[in-house]
Amino acid sequence: MEFGPHLMLASLEGAVIASVLVLTSMGLSIVFGVMRVVNVAHGEFYMLGAVLAWYVTSLLGGHPAVGFVAALVAAPLLVGAIAASADRVILKHLKYDPDRTIVATIGLLYIIQQTTLMTFGPDARPVAPPFNHRLALPWFEFGDSGFAMYWPWGLSTTSYKLFVIAAAAVVLIALWLLITRTKIGLIMRATQQDSETAQAFGIPVGRVYSMVFGLGAALAALGAVLVVPIQQAHYLMGADPLLLSFIVVIIGGLGSLPGTVVAALLIGMSDGIISVFFSPTLAKIIATFLVAMVLVWRPQGLFGRSVP
Amino acid sequence: MSNGTSKKTGLNRRTALKGMGAGALLATGALPGSLGFAQAQSSAPIKIGFQKHATGIGAAYGRWYDATTQAAVKRINDMGGINGRPVEIVIEDDGTDPKRGAEVIEKFANQHEVDVAFGTLFSHVVIGSAPRAGELKLPYFVVSEGHHVASGMLNRYTLQPGITDVKSQVQSMAPFVANNLGKKVTMIFPDFAFGHDHRDFFSAAIEAQGGEVVAKIAVPPAETSFTRYFPQIPRDTDVVYHVMVGPAVLTFVKELGEFFGPSRPEIFGFIDSLEAVDINSPGLEFLEGTYFWEGHPRHAQKDNSEYDTAYRAAVGVDDRGASVSDPKDVSTYAHMFGCWETLNVIKAGMETADYQGPADRAKLIEAVEAMTDMPHSLDHPQGAKLFNGKTHQVFGSQHISKVTDGTLTVEHTASIEDGMYEDEVDYTAQSF
Repeated sequence: MEFGPHLMLASLEGAVIASVLVLTSMGLSIVFGVMRVVNVAHGEFYMLGAVLAWYVTSLLGGHPAVGFVAALVAAPLLVGAIAASADRVILKHLKYDPDRTIVATIGLLYIIQQTTLMTFGPDARPVAPPFNHRLALPWFEFGDSGFAMYWPWGLSTTSYKLFVIAAAAVVLIALWLLITRTKIGLIMRATQQDSETAQAFGIPVGRVYSMVFGLGAALAALGAVLVVPIQQAHYLMGADPLLLSFIVVIIGGLGSLPGTVVAALLIGMSDGIISVFFSPTLAKIIATFLVAMVLVWRPQGLFGRSVP
Repeated sequence: MSNGTSKKTGLNRRTALKGMGAGALLATGALPGSLGFAQAQSSAPIKIGFQKHATGIGAAYGRWYDATTQAAVKRINDMGGINGRPVEIVIEDDGTDPKRGAEVIEKFANQHEVDVAFGTLFSHVVIGSAPRAGELKLPYFVVSEGHHVASGMLNRYTLQPGITDVKSQVQSMAPFVANNLGKKVTMIFPDFAFGHDHRDFFSAAIEAQGGEVVAKIAVPPAETSFTRYFPQIPRDTDVVYHVMVGPAVLTFVKELGEFFGPSRPEIFGFIDSLEAVDINSPGLEFLEGTYFWEGHPRHAQKDNSEYDTAYRAAVGVDDRGASVSDPKDVSTYAHMFGCWETLNVIKAGMETADYQGPADRAKLIEAVEAMTDMPHSLDHPQGAKLFNGKTHQVFGSQHISKVTDGTLTVEHTASIEDGMYEDEVDYTAQSF
């Protein structure tokens, strides 16, 4: 494949990876920002979202779009509810102690993963996309006959992949509005800045924590519902997004939302482009190396404020 | 952030020690029920350790290998067992992981005290486990397809009497590919031992037919997204040769279709890329008119043998290769017959050797090594086979099916002779 079309294909692939990554890492970042909890089970909430999307679509039947829309609503809500109750049952009783919540969420990771294995089974299950058209893309070149347009072999995307990019952007804007323009957002920000003072002003900090934990998980689940018609639901699919989300959140700065967005785009696009031109392993090596460099030279992340 | 908070944990040393003790007890399995028969009596069951890919990337295969194994053992027990003794299957999960595989072999030998171990598919697990089986002198019957048995890489205790190896499979496929599909082939294969077998042996076999491999694209077996690999396919490719394993096989095939769109080259795949996947899944329409290798045709053919029909009924699989209780639950039909046939070989071998217990393990291996022809029968429902006692490898016929109206229809059957190659090892010369 020629360089130009190759680069365009790589960027399109990278954009899809980046948009899903933005959603999952936003979930991780919000939970850390507000609650100071490192949620190791985050990838499993992502996996749960995909598995529930499969369950909902296979339950409904009919046109794929019906099942998909139902899954888009139901899966994040259900996963959010599961996460919120996990917060009530487990994290609350650990008093959000940083060390113990890490161990507890590792436990949660295995509980969710193995329960899924026992019920859903080890197979990868497909979810039909609501619509999916192959869009062949043209490329331009200056040849002997001047400016010409042609259709390179393999340079294509699908309408669904473009929808994923758009949907992620919409969710991101909605999230930004929620945090900056609503009372819930105000309460969340107040809790983030100083939970004790917030409690003194009558904010039910416990309930805010449950809600934030649920919201973080719901964002991961939403990302998974969007990606599951491209990939498939599988009980081990949570590992990769967890690793990448951690990389994104560390590079962007723990708890910094703009930093998370920028880092997710950076990592997603570079992952797409490097893995198309070189190898996916090299993309992971570079991302991990970047984390090491950020931790050495700018431990608070690109956009993070240093914690006193 | 670890300083200052760790002392708050309410875990004292005694509780921790108790927990660790209980954990160790569980881990070694020193609990009632899992203790082996210290002195096996002649009426005690013959124990076959089944190394199962219950979790990990091989889980879809593991589940169907299990179903086939249970059906085969039920049939053997209904017919009176082996040497008048019932057969008992002991299952251990290896997580499709070589390190864990070796531990499972150890557990079979020392703790469950099984008579033989059996059932491994993934080649890296076989390669990780076989040396330990050899050290423990435990006969290890693999159902793996890998060439590592016949290549001489393993040992006298490892045998593959139920399924043909990759070298033989691709050698019998290459003439069909070169003569009917095209000479310039791009290979896409998983980046571990099994895929490397495909790469090396197919490259050689297609060159022998006057063709060439123009690109070799290795994909990590745990990969979930594939479009990024496809731009490496050269434009002058006549045939794309694909063989993929792992949970993301459906994504792989779908993305391959999306990449090419309406102007695809010829496509020849190993059915591994679609095992446990319904060929009529959305997004796979482009497979119409493409070709697949099948060890054992998934869809019942017009001239289906009575043995295949009876075998399907015993395992609980319908004419489309799916579970009779759930037509969406598609089996790993092209491979799992290997478990059924291997168990029947173990039975025949133990009967010839008059196997009584672990002391007769060497006699069992010698009895299997002495086997040659295995006629098409309910013991061997995939077809007749020829066993080579020196290389510990069996040879059988192979099929090429074309997807026609959403059904895999057998187009060409390669004979046993098409897949024969020169011996690379003589295991019988090794001491026990």
